[in-house]
Amino acid sequence: MAPHLKIDHVDKLFARGSVVTDVLSDITLTITKGEFVSIIGHSGCGKSTLLNIVAGLVQSTKGGVLLEGTEVNSPGPDRAVVFQNHSLLPWLTVYGNVRLAVDKVFAGAKSRAERHDWTMHKLALVQMAHAKDKRPAEISGGMKQRVGLARALAMEPKVLLLDEPFGALDALTRAHLQDSVMALHQKLGNTVLMITHDVDEAVLLSDRIVMMTNGPAARIGEVLEVPLARPRNRLELATNPTYLGCRKRVLEFLYERHRFVEAA
Amino acid sequence: MTVSIMKAAEAALAPSGAKLLRFRVPDLGSAKSRLLQALAAAATRLLPPLIMLALGLAVWEIACMKPGATLPGPSRIWADARDLIVDPFFNLGPQDIGLGWRVLKSLERVSVGYGIASVAGILIGALIGQSVWAMRGLDPIFQILRTVPPLAWLPISLAAFRDSQPSAIFVIFITAVWPIIINTAVGIRNIPQDYRNVALVLRLNHFEFFWKIMIPSAAPYIFTGLRIGIGLSWLAIVAAEMLTGGVGVGFFIWDAWNSSRLSDIVVALAYIGVVGFVLDRVVAAIATVVTRGTAAN
Repeated sequence: MAPHLKIDHVDKLFARGSVVTDVLSDITLTITKGEFVSIIGHSGCGKSTLLNIVAGLVQSTKGGVLLEGTEVNSPGPDRAVVFQNHSLLPWLTVYGNVRLAVDKVFAGAKSRAERHDWTMHKLALVQMAHAKDKRPAEISGGMKQRVGLARALAMEPKVLLLDEPFGALDALTRAHLQDSVMALHQKLGNTVLMITHDVDEAVLLSDRIVMMTNGPAARIGEVLEVPLARPRNRLELATNPTYLGCRKRVLEFLYERHRFVEAA
Repeated sequence: MTVSIMKAAEAALAPSGAKLLRFRVPDLGSAKSRLLQALAAAATRLLPPLIMLALGLAVWEIACMKPGATLPGPSRIWADARDLIVDPFFNLGPQDIGLGWRVLKSLERVSVGYGIASVAGILIGALIGQSVWAMRGLDPIFQILRTVPPLAWLPISLAAFRDSQPSAIFVIFITAVWPIIINTAVGIRNIPQDYRNVALVLRLNHFEFFWKIMIPSAAPYIFTGLRIGIGLSWLAIVAAEMLTGGVGVGFFIWDAWNSSRLSDIVVALAYIGVVGFVLDRVVAAIATVVTRGTAAN
């Protein structure tokens, strides 16, 4: 299949005064349409920077990002991001937050009533339609992430970017949301690029896991295919040898070969 | 500052009042007891200031009782200026009108000057908060200009406008605009990067960003500036009117001083204080409504 998203020889240097830090070095990654790819690595390895480069929020120093063959270097709704800390606007309701995105992205393409239906449909997809008139401060952390997900999905992105979307949640809520994301991916067939530091999450959700070495000058250390059939069930997978094998591969990479060394 | 202290005092008083009431009337019907509860709550808020006011008036009366006192006591003021106190809106000719009319005239000047200051202050503040270069260029200048006392601007503005009305309005504007600019700029600088990222991903244009992200996000800061601004405006209008003349509460005080009507001055001071208090509360109330839900998380 033709590459849907291509990260092409991306380097990123951060210059602070005369000190130049090499964050990412020669990252090349090709993602096909409908694929779910996770990027895993220790904190500080630059995986969030890589996602921000794809999102266009950060510019690469060298190399570029191609979406459907066209270079992208500024942010846009075709690469919607679900931010780690939900980033909902607190003065808008749940509905208002999603509607803001819908109004902006489909300004000319849909009528008022269609935009309303579209907003409600996306809220229903993440089971948040009942809380449409609540403000972000009145709902739980997991619900906020659901709304963030609805907002991103409402933009009909070509690639959905998830920046450690479940990082700030408790384990039970996280599992619940992972199941939701899996179901949505199954149903909608989105192309997803997810940043995570959770090995189980990466194996459970991904078609491929991209493992990054430690910084500075982090690069792609290994790419692991996860040949598990979908739909996946976390209970059945708990004893599945393929699942356990994949999990072991990632753990070995992270904790043996590229153990996290605390910078002095 | 005084407002917050008063609020704390109210908060401290309220629960004890409620407890007292429950203890006294345990067996009344619910509607009746709710009414009593409301009355008790009102009493706990109103009684202490009323008692203090009565005490203050009594001390004042005693202090001004001896013959040859330079200032009139409350009873003397009541005798001298009863018409001003009981009827704010009488109209007996061009210069013999109730203080209510004069206050309205002053408020009209304040509303024009303060209105312009609000719009200009928010726009300039947004520019300074958004642009590093605008901040570097303008912030030092503003920091110096804002310390210039309001009345020092008056001769300059009289020279420029050659008329007292626009000069007074200009003085209001120049007094109120600085806190609005500075607070807006701080509010805009404090917009979380997350909100900016959302705006970037959605590709909001400058206009949409201003209305949909900047203003709501910085609203608490902007209203702090607006509240300081309205207080300063009201301070400045009285002083400016004393010098520019015309109809207005400031000129009334100056006129009363020139004709030795000390009682009238005291009544005017009370009017000014009450109106200033109401203005502050009005802006605070608008702020509470507008910034509802703005506090993050």
